Amino acid sequence: MAALAAATLVAAGVSAQDAKIVIDGSTTVGPIAKQFAEHFMKEKKGLNITVGESGSGNGAKSLINGTCDIATMSRAMKGEEVEAAKGKGVNAVQHVVAFDGLAIVVHPSNPVQGLTVAQVRDVYLGKVKSWKDLGGPDKPIVLISRDTNSGTYEAFEGLVMKKEKIAEGAEYVGSSGAIRQRVQSTPAAIGYVGLGFVDETVKALVIDGVAPTAETVLSKQYPVSRELYLYTNGDPKAGTALAEFVGFCKTEKGRQIVSDIGFVPVPAK
Amino acid sequence: MPSTEPQSDRRPAAAPSLMMSGRRQRWTRWKERLGRSLLFLVASVSTLAVVFIVYYIAREAFPFFRTGHVGEFFASTRWYPSREPPEFGVLAILVGSGLVTLGAIVVAVPLGLAASICLSDVLPFGLRQVVKPVIEILAAIPSVAYGFFALVVLAPLLQERGGHLLSIAAWMVGAPVVALAAVVLGDLAAGRLRGRRTAARAIVTLALLAAGGAAVWLLARRVGGVAIDSGTNALNVSIVLGIMALPTVVSVSEDALQAVGRELREGSYACGATRAETLLRVVLPAASSGLMAAVILGIMRAIGETMVVWMASGNAAQIPRPWFNALLPVRTLTATIAGDMGEADQVTGSTRYSVLFAMALVLLVISLFMNTASEVAVRRTRRKLRA
Repeated sequence: MAALAAATLVAAGVSAQDAKIVIDGSTTVGPIAKQFAEHFMKEKKGLNITVGESGSGNGAKSLINGTCDIATMSRAMKGEEVEAAKGKGVNAVQHVVAFDGLAIVVHPSNPVQGLTVAQVRDVYLGKVKSWKDLGGPDKPIVLISRDTNSGTYEAFEGLVMKKEKIAEGAEYVGSSGAIRQRVQSTPAAIGYVGLGFVDETVKALVIDGVAPTAETVLSKQYPVSRELYLYTNGDPKAGTALAEFVGFCKTEKGRQIVSDIGFVPVPAK
Repeated sequence: MPSTEPQSDRRPAAAPSLMMSGRRQRWTRWKERLGRSLLFLVASVSTLAVVFIVYYIAREAFPFFRTGHVGEFFASTRWYPSREPPEFGVLAILVGSGLVTLGAIVVAVPLGLAASICLSDVLPFGLRQVVKPVIEILAAIPSVAYGFFALVVLAPLLQERGGHLLSIAAWMVGAPVVALAAVVLGDLAAGRLRGRRTAARAIVTLALLAAGGAAVWLLARRVGGVAIDSGTNALNVSIVLGIMALPTVVSVSEDALQAVGRELREGSYACGATRAETLLRVVLPAASSGLMAAVILGIMRAIGETMVVWMASGNAAQIPRPWFNALLPVRTLTATIAGDMGEADQVTGSTRYSVLFAMALVLLVISLFMNTASEVAVRRTRRKLRA
């Protein structure tokens, strides 16, 4: 796609600065892409970047059909998607843009220090109803979840719930900040937020014996974490706006943007 | 012109000056017609807007009714729109909307009606001029501020002091009800017993006061022991929605009470009725259609509110057990529509998108139904009053 774009640009006789990048895909990665795009368009006049958020699956579809230059995805491309891409002559290349770690948070007064992923799942399935069963006080657990529209919910669903349904008594809130607010004011609450949202007002639980930190997420020791991707058709040619965009997450400014949004940036070059 | 013949017939003294006036008359009539059609156009814009909204929502909801999820929509309580395969059971959400609206009615209607009666017939004029605008300020507070209050102040308060608050509420509701019931029943009993009226009244009233007081005390003790696990629940939202509906209820019902007029009240006083009798027997019946309208407007305010319920109801798609247990989190139609309406779904036009419009359609049907019901009720009382 990049080569094709470059070819059309040369044919049209315009500079690379007048290029247009179309991005589509995950709602989780969308905010990163949008912030990057904003920064790029401020730096380079004439460069036009559009960012759509239609879901990881639709991003892959768009890349395969050639309607976008970059697909943002919160999961790796599936085998059949790669096959479908090959069938259309698209060579999908994966770039890790950031790491996403979810901290399981409770009230600071809660004596429980750590849980296993299976225990967290049982709590959210409604199988474990009281903190007593987890070594805490005899209080019913108040489940707090992000709304089903959010990428954070999607990540939790995939990493912890493993396709099982969250109990119907769980409360849903509209933002990660609201989860933190609810957990810090509710002694019996449990919630999950991106690593960037953890502060001293809530307690992040140790999961499977690993504390959630940027290091454990990067080393993939922390179990409730995942990589976020950009997919392009072939490796973008060096010097093009596309290549610069894909590599932006490794720069100082790019890493800053990623951690401001609440994700763990990839290590600097 | 064919019309000149009959016109000259009607006015036999048709002089040139009158011919002129005839032309002018036509001009006036034409202007009238123009003005009328202009007004008609303006009036129909708002009607058209309603028609357009109904059409648009129905059009977006239509794809949902062609999927196989319609039966599940009304019958299932399982709301898992993002799962594969998705489940679109809206029953629990309908119950949630109903529960918080009912709670808001319980808060807003007695308070609102009492306040409006107090404003129109009890408080001195000068004080009323101060109190009414203060109540109306409640309507000027943005709903997100109410939501923030519910989430950050009321929810933790309910969690920490829920029992105390509930027992205080039990006293606040129970004490006036018991006192009123004791006095009224005591009066009735005195009416039955011909002989020693005052003594009988005093005995019955005191006995009822004691019994009622004991009952309220027991109730307050009982609810005082209740622990509220999560402060973002149906109770929290009901209280806040009730407060939000108050200015609507107070304003409209106070206007209705004022509209009854001085003559009716003075007539009643002239017949020897007391203020309480005048209020209960004359003013309230005469204003009942307006009061009904006030209550329904208040209900509509509560059922349509989105921000507060999205922030503070907990949004758990469950039917509380038992159904009136307002201490559990619930999910409402409005909050679901607002919370699940992501940009993502709009692009794909998926079932997950159209189900939200199906819910909006349900909400619309409910409010249209209530509007019609209030219209019918108002007309019926008006007819009854005339007869």
